Order: sequence, then structure tokens, then C-alpha cells
Amino acid sequence: MDLFEYQGKQFFASFGIPVSPGGVADTVDEAVAAAEAAGYPVVVKAQVMVGGRGKAGGVKLANDADEVRLHAGNILGLDIKGHIVKRLWIEHASDIAEEYYASFTLDRSAKKHLGMLSAEGGVEIEQVAVDNPDAIAKIWIDPVDGLTDAQAREWVAAAKLNPDAVEGAVAILKQLYTAYTDGDADLAEINPLILKPSGEVHALDAKVTLDNNASYRHDWAEYEATQERDSREQAAHEADLQYVGLDGYVGIIANGAGLAMSTLDVVNQVGGSPANFLDVGGGADADKFVKALTIIDNDPLVKSIFINIFGGITRGEEVANGIITALGQIDISSPIVIRLDGTNAEEGRAILEPHLGDKLRMEPTMLDAARTVVELAKA
Amino acid sequence: MAIFVDENTKVIYQGLTGSQGRYYGLLNRDYGTQVVGGTNPKKAGTDVDGIPVFASVAEAVAETGANASCIFIPAAGVKAAVMEAAEGGVEFIVCITEGVPAHDEAWFFNKLRRDFPNVRLLGPNCPGIISPGKCNIGITAGHIAKEAEPGAINVGIVSRSGTLTYQALYELKLQGIGVTTCVGIGGDPVPGTSFIDCLQAFEADPDTHAIMMIGEIGGSAEEEAAEFIRSSVTKPLSAYIAGQTAPAGKKMGHAGAIVSGGKGTAAAKMEALTAAGVRVGANPTEAGELMVEIVKELSA
Repeated sequence: MDLFEYQGKQFFASFGIPVSPGGVADTVDEAVAAAEAAGYPVVVKAQVMVGGRGKAGGVKLANDADEVRLHAGNILGLDIKGHIVKRLWIEHASDIAEEYYASFTLDRSAKKHLGMLSAEGGVEIEQVAVDNPDAIAKIWIDPVDGLTDAQAREWVAAAKLNPDAVEGAVAILKQLYTAYTDGDADLAEINPLILKPSGEVHALDAKVTLDNNASYRHDWAEYEATQERDSREQAAHEADLQYVGLDGYVGIIANGAGLAMSTLDVVNQVGGSPANFLDVGGGADADKFVKALTIIDNDPLVKSIFINIFGGITRGEEVANGIITALGQIDISSPIVIRLDGTNAEEGRAILEPHLGDKLRMEPTMLDAARTVVELAKA
Repeated sequence: MAIFVDENTKVIYQGLTGSQGRYYGLLNRDYGTQVVGGTNPKKAGTDVDGIPVFASVAEAVAETGANASCIFIPAAGVKAAVMEAAEGGVEFIVCITEGVPAHDEAWFFNKLRRDFPNVRLLGPNCPGIISPGKCNIGITAGHIAKEAEPGAINVGIVSRSGTLTYQALYELKLQGIGVTTCVGIGGDPVPGTSFIDCLQAFEADPDTHAIMMIGEIGGSAEEEAAEFIRSSVTKPLSAYIAGQTAPAGKKMGHAGAIVSGGKGTAAAKMEALTAAGVRVGANPTEAGELMVEIVKELSA
């Protein structure tokens, strides 16, 4: 789950990381009130989950209430790479001496936590990584040991930060590591991490991705409430289905994430374009098929539907009965093509057989079914 | 022979008294797996359909001589369950549970490596492992796998995906090809057992003649496996990578299946495997056909 900047800053602040005083605003009046509270000058920042806000005109400096009104009015409603700005974060503008970069994430290859620190922050860090990889000091941390004080000092020294920043950086990096681990983040990134002329080190931005698997041990309701989903994804989320919306026209239902991904591959290989990824999981519950089929059929782009089932422990006849029961409860407008294989596939196919027709077809293999479903979509 | 588990493996089920643990524990026993016990501190002294329940893994090991454990415990309890299994004295831990926090996984992976180097963890978030005809631990339907036969050409399977693993087993069975062991390593960010661990074991197993590998987008495990194949695997392989057409930046169900910034793409993985001499199929069926070809060549 990705957090907005203001949520990331609240998250950081809860672990003691210094961030600028500020407030959230959904209207111009709220923006002025937040600015008055933070103290001028302030920065008015668009809250969207996409990079390049500054270049798109989504980040502006304001010295008084009139300027806040002007900028807030312009930024609210702005379209930044397809994201419409609905919320602003107004914070006290900081004096900046230097800009750094700091982050923690999991290195899946090393199976350790990876910390990255650079004296060249504030810019496109990915470009720095390409052009001047030595400018990023990396540290691999064993999760059992955690980040020790001595390691943090060595790391800051390797990154060659300004000597004035060393103490502040060591303190913030240790706090950031705690936020990353105790906060169950997949990513905790500060860019830029700034050194003020006064010598203080401070997080000027916050990019945080939380691990959804850990939500049971945190109160993330507020973050969860602001997640951006399209209407299809919202419906799937409410039905507890593993769904990802795409922009094609063949609806996909499969049992298992790997098989669902593989179904997208095969549909593409025969010249089609999938409308979604949907994993109904194991079991043969008719209710799950009702929900899955309804979400897909409500998608105006969908022209045909591919149900791809491989029976394992759940037997073919159970799945076939589940599908037939589901189809009896709802009216699906797009034609459906089923491929049913695996455990007791013969018995399952026999159950489906009497229901076959123009609206419901069956094919013996994934490839045959993909060809048929794409043909039907194009017909 | 088989890798990791065989007819001598004695398994206890942590969470045997729960609905999933009971369902699959009994199915595994029906298959022929030596299911020797379960654990639940609140139900010690009772039994599940004749399988004794113990208070802890240590007690179960002492009483039954179990050398493996299968975890069907809710995600919140997995970290403690894995450590209890290792401390209790089993050598092989299969964790079926999905939804385990990544920080827990990273922690117990490193803790095991450091304090219990001889303990192998499979999973979390995996379908388990089956050595057909000998031992089935987890949620794989045993009857879709054909037993390896002495004198025949037999295949080992290693996979990151559940349903695609079943499909691979099934297609090989339809072709009359036996499987020594099929290992589902799972799709999580820090799997206890990697492709490389399995490739190494299959390479060393004299009864495994060819290897089928099923990967997914995300991470770099397949690329690392390709490097290992190039340097250390002499047996022929076929492979399939799921998610060739998945859009970048979208999570596709498995925590591991995400493409970011051009890294971990299916194309990169397929290229690396092809360069290492692996026959890579465009879909699971094609990977199965490629394996049939390999088996025919080896039989000739």
C-alpha cells in the first residue's frame, strides 16, 4: 500500500523523524488556514502518488495568504499524469543548505535489508544510480542484528555527507530503519533529506510503501481509506478477490495467481488483450464466481470472458457445479469460454456439456480457449 | 530417490487441529505420507482422527522421531511457529501459510541460516512438496503426479506458482513421465528455499534426469538460477515464466509477482535461461512439450 506524502510524513513523525510542520487541505480556505498555522513562507504541495509533481506545477512556494489562495486554486483539480489533485499538503518552507537521499528496502537477492544513502539527493536518484553509482553508499543489514550505531556512522562516512550533517544523519537513519522495520514498510525513502543552514537534518519528502500482509498488527484504516482504486478494483476489493484492472477487452478468471498470469500471456499470444487479472483462488464456491463474473461483466470494455480452471484438490465437477450455479443466479451479457482441466476434468466437462451454447462454450486446452475467446470478442 | 523428502520422512503438522491443517494433514496421510503428529498447546493429549496432538514441536519430535514439520498456522503466528520447529529439532519445515509479513520472513530466514544452518525451510506461501509415491506435504493433489520409475527417465520440478505446478505434474503424467520430486518454492519475497537450492539437489540426485522450472515475473531469482545452471547444472531443463504480458508496476496476486523499473521482466528471465541452455516455452503447455522432447532424447 503506497502512502501519500502527507501520510508518509505522519508515519515518519510517529517514529520521531523530524519533518516540517504543516497540514492537509482539500479546499483553498483550508489551505490558507493550514498555511497560517505552519507559518510563512509555506510550500503548497499536490498530494498524488506519482513522481514529477514539481515539473507539472504541483509544488509552489507561497509567502502570504494571497499566494496560497492563488497556488492552491491552481493545483487543486490539476491533472498530473492522469492523477487529479484532490488534496494538498501545506508545510512551512525550509531553508536548504544541502540535499541528500536516504532509503531502506528489501534486497530480495541478498535476503537482507538494503540501505542507500547519497550526498546527491533531491534530483532524479535513479539517474544518479546510472551515471554515478559510486555516489550512492549502500549497506546490507541483517534483520536479526538490525542497524547498529557503528554501522550507521561508517555508512554516513562512506556517503561523504557534509561533516555538519553527520550527527543528524546518523540519528535520522536509525529512526528511519526503525520506521521501516517496526512500521512494516516495504519501502521507506526520504528524497530529499536536507541539511539546513542551522545544521539540522530533516525529512523534506516521504515515500512509504507499507506491507499489506502486516496490516493486522497496525492501525492503517486512515491510509486504507484513501487508496486510489478504479470502480472495478474497488468492487473486487470489497468482494475480497485478487483483481487487477487492465485496459483490454477479454475478461479473465482463473484459479491461482500463476495460472491467471499465464492466461493473460496466452490471450496476448493469440492476439487478444486482457481486461483484467482475477484469481478466484481454490475451492468451488458459487458465490465467488457470482462476484467475479459480475465485476467483469460490469466492465464496459469486456467483450468476452475466459474462465480458466485447473482442478487440484478441488475437483472438476465441484468447480463445474459452482459455475453453473453462479450462472443460474446472474445474467451475464458477454459470451463465456471455459477451459477445465486437471482432477476429474471429464466429470466436470460432462456437467457443463448440457449448458453449452452461444453464450457458454468449452475448449479442451488453454490455447484453444484463448483463440475462441479472442474470436468472440472481435466478432 | 527423491530430494528433501521421501518415504522415511516423518511429519508433524503445526496447526493440525485447525480446519486447513486437519483437511490437508489427513489428505497427506491418505496419500501415504508418514503423518506422525500434530501440535497445539491447548489440545495436547487429544488426537485428530488417530493422529496424536502434542503441546510443542520439541515434545512431538521426542515422542515420534519426526524430522519434518508442516505449518498451517495463521500468518501472525508463523514467525514463532518456524522458530519453534527449528528449535524443536526438525530438519525440514514446510510453511504453507500465505500473507506472512515480509519483515518476519526476512528475519526468520536469516535467523535460521545463522543458528540452524542444517534446517531447510520451504515457503512461506507455497503449495508444499511431493515426492510422488513416497511423501506429499502440503496442498498438492497427489493423484495428479506420476511416480518416478527405476530405469525410466524421470523429471524433477521446481516452481514459484501453485496451479502451474499442478498443471506441469498433470501434463507429464498424461505423457507417462514420472516425477522424482516436485518442489513449490512459493511466490513470496524471501522464500526459504530457492530455485538454486532445488537445482543443486536435483543435479545431485541420480534418479532425476531432467528438470522443469516454472518462474514468475518479479525479483531476480530466475536470473540467478540461470547463472547457476550455466556453471553447475549438467542435466537438461525446460522452463516457463508466467507474466510475460503483465503490465509494469502492478502486483499480480503473489507478493513476488511485480515488475518494477524494467527489472524482473519475463523477457529478461527468458533470455537469461535461454542463454544458459534451458528450453523456454511461451506458455505452460509448450514448456511441457519441450520436456517431453527432452525425455524422448534422453530415452533414445
